[in-house]
Amino acid sequence: MTLDVFSAIRLSFVVGLAAAAIGLVPATVVGWALARGTFRGKAVLSALVLAPLVLPPVVTGLLLLRLFGRASPVGGALDALGLPVPFTLLGAVVAALVVGFPIYVMTIRGAIEAVDRRYEEVSLSLGVPPGRTAWRITLPLALPGIAAGVVLAFARGLGEFGATAIIAGNMEGRTRTIALAVYALLDAPGEDPRLATLVGASLALAFAAIVGFEALTRWQRRRLELDGR
Amino acid sequence: MGVRLHLAVSLALGARTLALDLASDADVIGLVGPSGAGKSTLLRVVAGLERRAAGHVSFGGEVWQDAATFVPAHQRGIGWVPQDGVLFPHLSVRDNLAYAARAPIAPVAERLGVTALLDRRPRNLSGGERQRVALGRALCAGPRLLLLDEPFSALDRPLRARLAADVADWARAHRVPILLVTHDERDLAPFGAEVWEVGAAGVARVA
Repeated sequence: MTLDVFSAIRLSFVVGLAAAAIGLVPATVVGWALARGTFRGKAVLSALVLAPLVLPPVVTGLLLLRLFGRASPVGGALDALGLPVPFTLLGAVVAALVVGFPIYVMTIRGAIEAVDRRYEEVSLSLGVPPGRTAWRITLPLALPGIAAGVVLAFARGLGEFGATAIIAGNMEGRTRTIALAVYALLDAPGEDPRLATLVGASLALAFAAIVGFEALTRWQRRRLELDGR
Repeated sequence: MGVRLHLAVSLALGARTLALDLASDADVIGLVGPSGAGKSTLLRVVAGLERRAAGHVSFGGEVWQDAATFVPAHQRGIGWVPQDGVLFPHLSVRDNLAYAARAPIAPVAERLGVTALLDRRPRNLSGGERQRVALGRALCAGPRLLLLDEPFSALDRPLRARLAADVADWARAHRVPILLVTHDERDLAPFGAEVWEVGAAGVARVA
C-alpha cells in the first residue's frame, strides 16, 4: 500500500494548526458571549455549539458534506471561488474545526469565567470603557486559558477521524492524516511496521498536548492568584 | 465643597428590602452598620455597578440613575476602592497606579508610602500594602467622588489613622468628596465625617 507515514503526520499537523488558527477568533467571541453575555437565545447558542460533541462524528461529517457539497449554495459558492471543500485538505480542516469547536469554546468560556468580575468592575469604575476594559483586563487575565483552548483544539484536530473520513476522504498525500492512515493500515493484511510509528506519533503528540494544556492552566491559576499567595 | 450627593433607592437584598433616602453635601460621608447590612451594595449602587436598585441617584447637578436614566460606571467619574483592593494581578504596582491615571503617579505613591513597592507584583504585597496601592490607583484616576469600602481593614491601628489623615488631606486639596463604608466607626474620626447608620429600617443620620 502506498502510505507515507511522514506525510500523514505532516497533514495531521497542518489540519490541527489550521483548525486551531481559524477557530481562535470565533471560539473566543462565542466563549466570551457565553461567559459574560446576557442575551436571549444564550441557551440555544450553547446547545448549537455543543452539538458536535454529542453527535456521532460520522453524522457531523455527513451534515458537513450536505452543507459544503457542490449542490448546496454554500458549497457551490466556495467551489466557484476555487475553494472546494469535499475531498480536499480544506474539508479535513473544516471537519477538525467543527468537531473540535465545542471543546475550544468551552475551554475559553471557562478561562473567561475564571476572571473575577471585580477586576472588570474596578476598571470600569476608574473610567475605562467596556471595550478597553476587555482588552486590558479580561483578555490578558484569560490569555493562558485561551492558549490552553488553542492547544486542546489543535490536539483534537490532530486526531479527528469520523467527520474527516466522510467529508475529506482518505486520499494519500492529500487528506490522509494520522488517524486515517492508521485506519487504512488496519485494513491491510498482517501487522504493518508503519502502524507502530503512527501509534507512537499519536501518543507522543497527545502527551505533549496534555502537558502543554496543564502548564497553561497552571499559569492561568497563578496569574489569577487562585493558588496560594 | 458642598457637592450634593443624593441617594434615594430601594434595594432588594435577599428576602428584605433596604429603602433609604440619603442626601448630604458633607466632605466625607461615613456609612456604618453591621456586616451584611448592605453597605457595600450601596457603594456599588453609587458606582453604577449594581442594577438591582430602583430609585434615584444624583451627584451635584447630574442624575446618575432614575426611572429613565442609568449612567454607566465608566462615565461617572468615581474612584471605587473595593474591599481587599482588587489590584490587577497581571500588572505591577506601578502599572496598577498608572492604569487610569490622569496625573503623574509619583506624588500619590509618595503620599501613600508605596514608592518602594512600584516594581512589585500584587501577589507579593501584604494586605495593608494592597489597600494602599488600591487607594492610590483610585486617587491617580482623578475621581470627582471617592467610594471607599473598608479601605483600612487590613492595617493596624496607628497606620490606619495616618493613612486616613493622608487620604483626607488629599481629598480636601483636590476638593473630592468621600463616601466611606466601615463597620468600625473609629475609622471615621480622622475625617470629621458625617455619619449615617445603615440598619434594617433604612439609613439614618447619627452624627
